[in-house]
Amino acid sequence: MYLFISPWLIGFLVFALYPILSSLYYSFTDYDIIHPPKFVGLANYTEMFHNDLFWKSVGVTLRYTFISVPVQLLLALGFALLLNQKIPFRGFFRTAMYFPSMVSGVAMSLLWYWIFNPSIGLFNYVLSWFGIKGPSWLMSPEYALHALIIMSLWTAGTGMILFLAGLQGVPASLVEAAKLDGAGRFRIFLNVTIPMISPVLLFQLIMGIIDSFQVFTQAYVMTQGGPNYSTWFYVYNLYTSAFKEYRAGYSSALAWVLLIVVMLFTGLIMKFSNRYVHYEGGGRK
Amino acid sequence: MSTIPAAGPTASPSLKKPRRKLDAVSIVSFITLIVTTFLMLLPLFFMVSTSLKSKKELLKFPPTFLPESWQWSNYKEIFETLNFGQMYGNSLLIGVLTVVGTLISSSLAAYGFARYRGKGSNMWFMLMLSTMMLPYPAIMIPQFILFSKLNWLDTFLPLIVPSFFGSAYNIFLLRQFFATLPEELFDAGRIDGCTELRMWRQIALPLSGPALATVAIFAFIYSWNDLLTPVLYLSSSDKFTLPVGMSSFTSSRFRIPPWHLLMVASVLAMLPIVTLFAIAQKRFVEGIVLTGIK
Repeated sequence: MYLFISPWLIGFLVFALYPILSSLYYSFTDYDIIHPPKFVGLANYTEMFHNDLFWKSVGVTLRYTFISVPVQLLLALGFALLLNQKIPFRGFFRTAMYFPSMVSGVAMSLLWYWIFNPSIGLFNYVLSWFGIKGPSWLMSPEYALHALIIMSLWTAGTGMILFLAGLQGVPASLVEAAKLDGAGRFRIFLNVTIPMISPVLLFQLIMGIIDSFQVFTQAYVMTQGGPNYSTWFYVYNLYTSAFKEYRAGYSSALAWVLLIVVMLFTGLIMKFSNRYVHYEGGGRK
Repeated sequence: MSTIPAAGPTASPSLKKPRRKLDAVSIVSFITLIVTTFLMLLPLFFMVSTSLKSKKELLKFPPTFLPESWQWSNYKEIFETLNFGQMYGNSLLIGVLTVVGTLISSSLAAYGFARYRGKGSNMWFMLMLSTMMLPYPAIMIPQFILFSKLNWLDTFLPLIVPSFFGSAYNIFLLRQFFATLPEELFDAGRIDGCTELRMWRQIALPLSGPALATVAIFAFIYSWNDLLTPVLYLSSSDKFTLPVGMSSFTSSRFRIPPWHLLMVASVLAMLPIVTLFAIAQKRFVEGIVLTGIK
């Protein structure tokens, strides 16, 4: 095993472990990157819990995660199921669904910034077709976060592709056997399809949560955390602490709290899923 | 699975396959697909059409769907406004090298994690997962100091070299796929006297085409879209990558962001990814049906 994982292992030690440990050390210090770090004990951590912006960022991030991750997963799975059937123009639909995912990062943020423009943007224009008067999305504290959630659904195509790959891996023989046994569509879905794609589902759930805990680009390019801190994402908070206020120590403490929370989430999901996730190899749990 | 019936779901029952009540389900799925696909593609359409509009037309409401006058010169202008060609090349070079590094190192590590349950393998796996959870900003500062000590500032090295040491995301993805390969294949290989390295190369890899294609595409897209790392490490403008260049569009240099040019840049930024997807699409979705059980 060590032969195979050695490249990763070396990389892990140099590019991850060493920086992690350094940042753990920094989290107990007052450090502006230029002057040498000064040890301050737990001061950064205690400050965090009395800091309104910290709690604001926690709330924003959790709200975003708990809405966008499940909705995105359901959308992706739904489309994958639809497109796994024999349907006319299937290839076109698959490509069309995935297309938006090819625009991401800066380009996507710029495009949607333009689309969400309340006076000349596309979004409110489309809403007006249905007689809805759209809000001033990114400029309103109430709707800015919702706008970013809507935008996140636009890239459900990535998840769809992964689900499709998983669905293609469901052996036709199993489905046939279930059919012969008189199982209906829903039954087959529940008892054959879902267990067979459960590794893909687990993977996406975990990655989705980890990714959305780390939302940054959108907040940075589109809203700068505003208006009125309504999109003040955790990592944006962390970033401003380090690079706007030059408080690398406090920022490192934020990073460590984030790491612990994410690990907790992942651990719980993994533990819970062990009973349900099915690997065909059988050798693994 | 490659042949799609020529007739739509509403067509009269063909002779070969008598259609049953399934049709209702198919029609509903079909309509759902059309509506959502339309909504998904609308922003993209808007992006392309905006890229061809004149500056004046940008400010019209309701927005025009097709440009009143097609400003193809926008596409010329962007190469003159910014060092666009150079940035494009830089991003491509970094992207391709990242893919090569990721494929080799990640599939090796994934194989190791999928096939062995030795002492401590679980611990290493959990450690690897935990690196995925580490927000990049958290390790940014120590990493920056490390790379500056290596004299790698303002080179592409900090953007490429780490990929040759595997990335947790891709290792996890490949490991999930490798774990679904039937154990019998590897037993057979072992009996035939295959070394582990050969089993990785000749059994695991060939059976994982779609997974590898997925990883390759993700690695490329990630590198292609990354903004934070190149912003940190690249300082001279001839080394800029595309996202860095594009974000400079909105900088104070322009009082009002030139949206038409930004959309041109976005369209051009999409091109390599679209091409890659067009090439790999087959592998991407054909799945792992032929995992060798047959």
